[in-house]
Amino acid sequence: MMAEQTLRQWLLTDTPSSRRHAKLSALYQGWLTFRSNTMAMVGLGILLLLMLIAAAAPILSPHDPFVQDLGNRLAPLGTEGHILGTDSLGRDILSRLIYGARITLYIVALVALIAPIAGLLVGTVSGYAGGWVDVVLMRITDIFLAFPRLVLALAFVAALGAGIENAVLAISLTAWPPYARIARAETLTIRSSDYIAAIRLQGAGALRIITQHIWPLCISSLIVRVTLDMAGIILAAAGLGFLGLGAQPPSPEWGAMISEGRRFILDHWWVATMPGLAIFTVSLAFNLLGDGLRDVLDPKAGE
Amino acid sequence: MALSNNTKEGRRPLPPWIKTTLLTLGSIAVTMLGLLFITFIIGRVMPIDPVLAIVGERASQSTYDAVFQELGLDKPLIVQFGYYIWDVLHLDFGTSLLNARPVSEDIARVFPATLELATLGIFFGVVLGVPLGVLAAVRKGSWIDQIARVVALVGYSMPIFWLGLMGLLIFYGILGWVGGPGRVGIFYVDVVPSVTGMILVDSILDRNWDVFKDAFSHIILPSALLGYYSLAYISRMTRSFMLEQLSAEYVTTARVKGMSEWDVIWKHAFKNIRVQLITVIALSYANLLEGSVLTEIIFSWPGIGSYITTALLSADMNAVLGGTVVVGLIFILLNILSDLLYKVFDPRAR
Repeated sequence: MMAEQTLRQWLLTDTPSSRRHAKLSALYQGWLTFRSNTMAMVGLGILLLLMLIAAAAPILSPHDPFVQDLGNRLAPLGTEGHILGTDSLGRDILSRLIYGARITLYIVALVALIAPIAGLLVGTVSGYAGGWVDVVLMRITDIFLAFPRLVLALAFVAALGAGIENAVLAISLTAWPPYARIARAETLTIRSSDYIAAIRLQGAGALRIITQHIWPLCISSLIVRVTLDMAGIILAAAGLGFLGLGAQPPSPEWGAMISEGRRFILDHWWVATMPGLAIFTVSLAFNLLGDGLRDVLDPKAGE
Repeated sequence: MALSNNTKEGRRPLPPWIKTTLLTLGSIAVTMLGLLFITFIIGRVMPIDPVLAIVGERASQSTYDAVFQELGLDKPLIVQFGYYIWDVLHLDFGTSLLNARPVSEDIARVFPATLELATLGIFFGVVLGVPLGVLAAVRKGSWIDQIARVVALVGYSMPIFWLGLMGLLIFYGILGWVGGPGRVGIFYVDVVPSVTGMILVDSILDRNWDVFKDAFSHIILPSALLGYYSLAYISRMTRSFMLEQLSAEYVTTARVKGMSEWDVIWKHAFKNIRVQLITVIALSYANLLEGSVLTEIIFSWPGIGSYITTALLSADMNAVLGGTVVVGLIFILLNILSDLLYKVFDPRAR
C-alpha cells in the first residue's frame, strides 16, 4: 500500500529527476485522463477481450471451425452444443466467430503497420526536402486521395487476385495518403524550429534528423489517426470478404461468413446476423478507443 | 481577346483570377491523368492475358500475333498509355468480354440506377442530418445531443452490407412493408418507357402511378440506408460548425439585443455555416456513390456498383476498369465542385 502511494507520487511529481521519469510521468497523466473516459475504457476492454479470445481460440471454441456436419446444418440459436447455431454446412458458428477474430486482428495489424509507415516515409521526406520532391509526392498523394477507396481497392484486388494478403495490400494502398498528409504537416512545423537548426549546426545529416528527431514527434498524431481509421479498415476488409475478394472459403472471416449466410437470410437469419454483430462490436470498440485517445493525445481536435 | 493578351509572356502580370483558374485546371488535369495512369497500370499487371481472352486458347500463333499487334501491345508502354488516354477521351473503354458490347454503353445504361439511389439517399441524409446536427449543437450535452452522438457512432461502425441485410430481413421478410430486392416488382419490369433511366422519374413522365408506387417501395429501403450513412457524417459536421458559430461574439450580441432564439439560430448562426455545409454535402454525395457498391449488391440493384463487381468476378477487365474510371472521374468532379462552391459562395475564400 505504502509503495503504491509513493509510486503514484513519484509519477505525478512536478519535478522529474530524469528524462525517463518525465516521460513516464506524462504517460501516467495521459492514462489518468483516458481512464476517466468511460466509453473509451469500454472500447479498450472489448479489444483486450478480442485479443484474448483470438489468442485462446483453440481452448475457447467448442468445436473445430472447419468440421462439417451436414446432418445438423442450419441449426437455430440455442441448439444444444451450438449456442449460436450452425451454418449451411453444419459448422459451429460460435467457433467460427472465435477463429475469425484472429483473421480480423491479423488484417488490422498488418494494415495498421504498412499504411502509416508508408505515409510517414512519404510525408516526412516530402515535408523535409521541399521543392519539387514535395510537389511531386504531394501530387501523387492527392491522386490517391481523389480515388474512391473501396473502388480502388476492388480494382487492385482484381489485378492482384483474391486473398487475405492481397486484400491487406489493397487496403493499405488506399489508406496511406491521409498519413502522408499528417506527417508532412507535422514535419513542416518541426523543420523550422530552433532545435532542428541546432542539430543541423552540430553536423547531423538529413537522414539522422528525419529518423531521430522528426519521426518520434509525428508518432502521436499518427497513432490517433490510425486508431480512428481501424474501424474503417475492418469494414473495408469485411466488405472485400463479403464480395468474395478477401479471405477465401472455408476461412471463417466474418465478412465472408455474412456473404455465405446471405442466401438464407429470410429463413435462417442468425447465420448472417452473428458475424455482422461481431464486426459491429469490434469497429465500435475501435471508434470509442480512438475518440478517447484523441482526447488524451490531441486535445485540440475534440470539441 | 483580353485573355490572349494576358497569357502572352512578358507583357503584364496575369490577373489573379486567371492564374487561379489556370492552376485549378492544371491540377484537375494532373489528377485525372494520375487516375488514368493507375487504372492503366492495373490493367497491365493483370494476370489475365488480354489477347488470350479475345482469341481463345486454341487460336494459332499467327492469329495471336495479329491481335497482339492490333491491341498495340508491341508498342512501348508510354505509347500504349497515350492510346489509352485517347480512347478514354473518346469515351471508349473497350468492349465487355461478357456480352461483347461497348463498356461505355453498359455504363450509360446502369448509371441512372445508381444516380437515382444516391440522390434519394443524400436527400434523406440532408433533410434529417442537418436539423439533427443543429439541434445537437443548440442543446449541447442534452439527451438529443447524446442521441445524435450514438446515431453517428453506430453509423461509423456498422458494415453497410450487413445493415442492408438486416433491413431486408425486418422490413421485407418479417413486416412486409417494402418491396424486395431489385428496382421494381416482376410485373412492372419495362412497363414504362425509359427516358431518363431513373424509374421514379420515368413513371412520373408516363403518369403510371402503379409503377411509381412499386418502384418507390423498392427504392425506399436502400436509399434510406445510404441516407443513414451520410446522415452520420452530415449531422456531426453540422454540429461542430454550429458550435463554432454559437460561441462567437455576434451571437451573444444578438441575444443581448433580445432577439428570439429561433432567429439567432436560423437567421444568424445557420446562415454562416451554409457554405461549409454545401461542401460537406457534395463530399458525402461522392462517398454515397462508393457506399452504393455494397448496397447495390445486397438489394440486387442494377447500378454501377453491381456492374463493377459482377465484371470483377468474371474477370471482365475492360468493364472493371471502365467502371472504376467513371466512378473516379465523378468523385474528382464532385470534389472540385465542392471546392468551387466554397469559393463562389464564401467571399473570404475568393
